Amino acid sequence: MAEMTMIKAITDAMRTELKNDEDVLLFGEDVGYYGGVFRATEGLQEEFGEDRVFDTPLAESGIGGLAIGLGVTGFRPIMEIQFIGFMFEVMDGLAGQMSRMHYRTGGYYDSPITVRAPFGGGVKTPELHPDSLEGLMAQTPGIRVVIPSTPYDAKGLLISSIRSNDPVFYLEHMKLYRSLKGEVPEEAYTVDLDKADIKREGDDITFVAYGAMVHSALKAAEQLSEENIAAEVIDLRTVSPVDLDTIIESVKKTNRAVVIQEAQKQAGVAAGISAEISERAILHLEAPVARVTAPDTVYPFASDEDVWLPDHNDIIEKAKATIDF
Amino acid sequence: MVAKHKYETFQILDENGKVVNEDEMPDLSDEQLQDIMYRMVYTRILDQRAVSLGRQGRLGFYAPVAGQEASMIGSHYAIDKEDWIAPGYRDIPQLIWHGYPLWQSYLFSKGHYKGGQMPEGLNALVPQIIIGAQIVQTAGIALGLKKKGNSQAVISYTGDGGASQGDFYEGMNFAGAFHVPAIFVVQNNQYAISVPADEQTAAETIAQKAVAAGIEGVQVDGMDALAVYAATQKARQNAVDGDGPTLIETLCYRYGPHSLSGDDPTRYRTSEEDDEWEKRDPLVRFRKYLESKDLWSEEKENEIVDEAKADVKAAMKEVEETPRQKVSELIEIMGNELPNNLQEQLEEYRAKESSE
Repeated sequence: MAEMTMIKAITDAMRTELKNDEDVLLFGEDVGYYGGVFRATEGLQEEFGEDRVFDTPLAESGIGGLAIGLGVTGFRPIMEIQFIGFMFEVMDGLAGQMSRMHYRTGGYYDSPITVRAPFGGGVKTPELHPDSLEGLMAQTPGIRVVIPSTPYDAKGLLISSIRSNDPVFYLEHMKLYRSLKGEVPEEAYTVDLDKADIKREGDDITFVAYGAMVHSALKAAEQLSEENIAAEVIDLRTVSPVDLDTIIESVKKTNRAVVIQEAQKQAGVAAGISAEISERAILHLEAPVARVTAPDTVYPFASDEDVWLPDHNDIIEKAKATIDF
Repeated sequence: MVAKHKYETFQILDENGKVVNEDEMPDLSDEQLQDIMYRMVYTRILDQRAVSLGRQGRLGFYAPVAGQEASMIGSHYAIDKEDWIAPGYRDIPQLIWHGYPLWQSYLFSKGHYKGGQMPEGLNALVPQIIIGAQIVQTAGIALGLKKKGNSQAVISYTGDGGASQGDFYEGMNFAGAFHVPAIFVVQNNQYAISVPADEQTAAETIAQKAVAAGIEGVQVDGMDALAVYAATQKARQNAVDGDGPTLIETLCYRYGPHSLSGDDPTRYRTSEEDDEWEKRDPLVRFRKYLESKDLWSEEKENEIVDEAKADVKAAMKEVEETPRQKVSELIEIMGNELPNNLQEQLEEYRAKESSE
């Protein structure tokens, strides 16, 4: 075990897999010699060589095509999109191509690709860096969407993503890169894809969250416990597909749910989760399923982030309204 | 101002089947020359049959190829069995000559997943509908081949309209930057549905777009099988020798509509233009050339026509015997590990299907 930030855990996962499987390749803009704009790939080119870890021209669609072509010729690509907002440039590669490869060839070809991209607010980045666009890929059949919230999960989920023979969109929240530390095993281990994790147990209300909102939900739960409200906090970890079994089981116990996301109300994955709870557990509900989200505007100008982003106070407010319904 | 870049059209056979460029004559045996003609005639018949089957409703999506035989067959004849093809939706003939079974091409046309299940060992992608996507993927395949260190190349195809896409430039530029064994063929058949090639760009040729990627570019008479073959063979040699990618523009013409999905070319092309290009028919000039060498006969050609027709019939039989697709099968091919939502839906559809 070693204490690591999330970014160190991510680097460690890639190092583990580059060592473990010679077909793993890592590429993107500035990921090679420079070690990535967040140092996520620091030291990897030096350790594994330019054949395994390399820079590309500045063109996201080209990077996606590179990954797809390398995938069908037997490699296991990890491609980086420097910031999530640039995914629109490679939307065809993601949603029109790699997600459909297995299907359109009747299983003849795979896209064993991991697409890494930083996202997330709270660090005052310029335009189209922090947007929460996981909902776009969550609406795309054929690709998993994974969002870790702790260093331990980040490493285990990234190793699972790289080993998956199906494509995975792996999003790294920028605010979580260095803001918290956790114990991470030094050896290779996996965290199952498609499985949520109960980060805090409780009987009174279920919080379903992912990304940075997991920590806001935990903070809200902590404060609510002072008022004798016991919130259960579920960290989705994989946001598409969603682990409905864990959610429904929790809601059947607590009879109340708040789904929490950093994305705008019309985006993200909260609406789908709310619909699933209604379909599967309506007779267990004491109150409607609530949602904590950002407003339906374009992601805010940097100096307005603090008034725009949802936080633990918004969660406490929604939780109390749900309990008092 | 329009930038001037001189790209002469490379030609070996003129419209009368006369060799006009002896120095560039590729080294092909009599049998190989006959084989190219055989494939072009066979492809012309396949096209005629596909158009007819399409009109009868026995096939689905189909993009005619008559007129492009030299461009398609000439270029494909220059690559190896082990090479990769990244085709556009019109490039079914190259796939077929690479080993894609005719009946599967018909299933692709009709929209059946078995049409995409390439036979084991066939190095080819499924025909690409998103114009340009195959070009960025070609750069990736080529990088994969280079990393594996075996002397294979990848050839991709698009049309004149496709050369306006961002992915066209990105794919060529990536291939150039990584110095990988890729051949990019632009079949300039003069029209992207109704839009003429000169409305796509102010560039005088598409071949000169190679300059932007820093790679070799060549414009070829795409109605001349020998010129297309020679240009592709050279590009392939450069590719496997480690000398990087090439862009080949083939000037050709599709005699038929853009596709069978309602396009009427008489609305945007004149009969004079059609006549002009029909004089350059790749089959006519190659036939004349072979006849002048006493390598071709009407009898031989008729045998090919009969053979192609019989093959079409057999393939259609196979298509008609292919079971219809079930939703459960479509779910099963979604991925290697089905996510829980699909597992749940798989059970629902299996139950539904077993009660039908």
